[in-house]
Amino acid sequence: MTQLGLQQKLGILADAAKYDASCASSGTTKRDSRGGTGVGSSEGMGICHAYAPDGRCISLLKILLTNSCIFDCAYCINRSSSNVRRARFTAEEVVRLTLAFYKRNYIEGLFLSSGIIRSSNYTMEQIVEVARSLREDHDFRGYIHLKTIPDADAELVRQAGLYADRVSINVELPTTDGLTKLAPEKDAHRIETAMSDMRASIDDAGDASRRYTSAPRFAPAGQSTQMIVGADSANDRDILHKASGLYERYALRRVYYSAFSPIPDASAVLPLKRPPLMREHRLYQSDWLIRFYGFAPAEVQSTTDAHGMLALDIDPKLAWALKFRDQFPVNVNTASKEMLLRVPGLGAKSVERILSSRRWRQLRLEDIARLTVSVAKVRPFIVATDWRPTSLIDRTDLRSFLAPKQEQLELFAP
Amino acid sequence: MSRLAVSTTDALRVTLAAPDDFDGWRDAARNLAASGVPADAVAWHIGTEEPELFGSDAPKRAAAQFPVPRNFVDLAADVVCHSDPERFALLYALLLRLRDNRHALEDEADPLVRRLQKLQKAVRRDLHKMHAFVRFREIDGRFVAFFEPEHHIVRRSASFFVGRFTNMRWSILAPDVSIHWDGEILTEGPGATRAEAPSGDPFEETWRTYYASIFNPARLKVGAMLKEMPKKYWRNMPETALVQPLIASARQRELDMIAGSAVSQEPPRAVERPGNAQAAWDALREQARTCTRCDLCGPATQTVFGEGPLTAPIMFIGEQPGDQEDLAGRPFVGPAGQLFNAVLEETGIDRSTTYVTNAVKHFKFVPRGKRRIHSKPDTGEIDACRWWVEQERALVLPQITVALGATAARSLTGKSITIGRARGAPLTLADGSECWVTVHPSFILRIPEEDRREEERALFVQDLKRVRMRAEELAE
Repeated sequence: MTQLGLQQKLGILADAAKYDASCASSGTTKRDSRGGTGVGSSEGMGICHAYAPDGRCISLLKILLTNSCIFDCAYCINRSSSNVRRARFTAEEVVRLTLAFYKRNYIEGLFLSSGIIRSSNYTMEQIVEVARSLREDHDFRGYIHLKTIPDADAELVRQAGLYADRVSINVELPTTDGLTKLAPEKDAHRIETAMSDMRASIDDAGDASRRYTSAPRFAPAGQSTQMIVGADSANDRDILHKASGLYERYALRRVYYSAFSPIPDASAVLPLKRPPLMREHRLYQSDWLIRFYGFAPAEVQSTTDAHGMLALDIDPKLAWALKFRDQFPVNVNTASKEMLLRVPGLGAKSVERILSSRRWRQLRLEDIARLTVSVAKVRPFIVATDWRPTSLIDRTDLRSFLAPKQEQLELFAP
Repeated sequence: MSRLAVSTTDALRVTLAAPDDFDGWRDAARNLAASGVPADAVAWHIGTEEPELFGSDAPKRAAAQFPVPRNFVDLAADVVCHSDPERFALLYALLLRLRDNRHALEDEADPLVRRLQKLQKAVRRDLHKMHAFVRFREIDGRFVAFFEPEHHIVRRSASFFVGRFTNMRWSILAPDVSIHWDGEILTEGPGATRAEAPSGDPFEETWRTYYASIFNPARLKVGAMLKEMPKKYWRNMPETALVQPLIASARQRELDMIAGSAVSQEPPRAVERPGNAQAAWDALREQARTCTRCDLCGPATQTVFGEGPLTAPIMFIGEQPGDQEDLAGRPFVGPAGQLFNAVLEETGIDRSTTYVTNAVKHFKFVPRGKRRIHSKPDTGEIDACRWWVEQERALVLPQITVALGATAARSLTGKSITIGRARGAPLTLADGSECWVTVHPSFILRIPEEDRREEERALFVQDLKRVRMRAEELAE
């Protein structure tokens, strides 16, 4: 192979990294470069520096150190049996690219992952070296997200946590069956053990930093993972079950759902057709209901159909409200916060505004209209001083009233 | 910072030093409120003119102060940066209310509170987008950016950039003001132009390589992109030049992936035709790119020219490109295009053998928030663009021209045509060829009732079936 230029390598190794959905740069400690020698800051809230036409945020320089891999996972473009062109960055090249992009305000930081070369430990060492150099040689205070390798030595993983804001290990597939079939070298048990160890380290460091201000930070933005949706036969109920288990056991900040998308030079065990992107969207909505709206996982799962799938035409919150109509209408002037959060069309911010303003006035429908995005969506489910929806909530065809009128045609649908 | 004066009318005139003069507003508002001056008796102005009437004598400076909640100060500091000329008066009205009721800000359903919160949200969003979308170019060790914010936020953004790039020397230039950091001291300068942040930074090309590579063509979501990266910010971002080609080639790249080859292809273009028709068409298309025959060329992204083989027996003429066509640069790729493709398939017409174009080649729209709402072209615009349609027809020489909708019919015949009366039978055009009139697919999409939509769709299918049969007759 002829020598590749930096730009060509970047093309290959960014292309290889794009199937990882995460690009978040949020949730870490507040800091800036005042008093330092390098660049970088973090406000806690992430920043998306650009958006690609796939609607995804570009916040971090998301690349692989190398796309060579000794594993042969069927869903992965970089698997050893794929004919994709291979390339490899040196640690120094990644550092240079990250700093050059950061100084031009293109990115919030680096998300580094890698194919497995030689051994898990060797690969992990290379990843850690990039983070070390950025932090120690260049006093870089931007965001670093490192993908850790389940089989790597505990000491290497610990070092990764010391340099990184966030660490992640992908569970890849929602069921052990799926993993055995599609990723024969990966071991569900090992992945979860690694996540569990990581949680212990994060918790310990958290305890220590509460007691001693000088305690070293360990992955202050926590850990996350990713599941591929639609590559195996797992239904939405399975996926939600798996995700809620992961959140509980390993205190994950985020579970990312990535709709399986066709990859060049795909393996024959994979489906040719991608799942609808809407399915991924509905999973994220369900995830949000569980994490921010006080829904129990079983409640969200109860809205799935006979095949265990979430409705694609309406969102899961609306689906729950339609199924449990006896809980409605909700009086906006008296209802609890928990119940207000369950009203379709009321977001967390709208609920806060309602709670704040109802101490000062009796809320009428026009007040609700000012506090929410779409009063038409909320109306059938609430009671206000001058509004009772009795005629609507009892209708058997309420669903057809509320489901989006025109199915959105998918651009370039096959 | 502020000056108070009694103007010729009864209103008190307050002149602030700059559009984002928070300190000036606060000093004046505090004094006015303490003296109980009602909101409608104050006129707020920005300017450097020196009002000579009362000089800088603020009335009753000694008047009793009253405390305001901390979140009001935060709100005011943000809202002052908004471009809404009423912002100072609105804030003052709320301040007066807070004097009587310390909790007035908690009543978030109140129209004034809500309106100010929305102004604050707009400023915060603009500020967040500025943090995200400023693009520095390195020139001799100094980093220079040009940025055009919607509100007066440049000064307010300074602390973010100082904290992030403390150890760099940088300048952010904007039309109204510029800020400079030399590693220790922040200075301000006058407004600037884009030309003062010249291109030539080699890393921009590397960044574009990254942008193109990280995009997954199998999951195109143009709306989601536009929602978060509105077009008003695109002009100063090097990567946005790639958006259109990436969208245009996305479907093909996905098909290639499925087919197992990674070779990217251009969208289908005209096939060979004897003589110089192809060269003439290429030249015509090139010329159309820079068309300024009407005013639509301003706001639209690009000219959307027709496409298809120059030997096509059937030519479809639509109204004008929509939002997605405007971005992709190809006709009939948005929602109406989807329906059009589906109906063509149903009627057995292969789109790749037809020539598809529009009566008007630029997207006409009215911006509403972040969306661009389609707006019907007027007769002047149709007439201005007719020249291009005539040139296309002269090259393709279709046996049948299908007018999709009233705009296309008007363009082809020069008269207003009622579709209901004209559909079902051909009209004869000046060159002797046939013109069939039917509805535009977006008309069907806009019908709210499902049953009537189905009816209209069936009529559309019927019309196109007639066209197919007629084309087959003519081919024999």
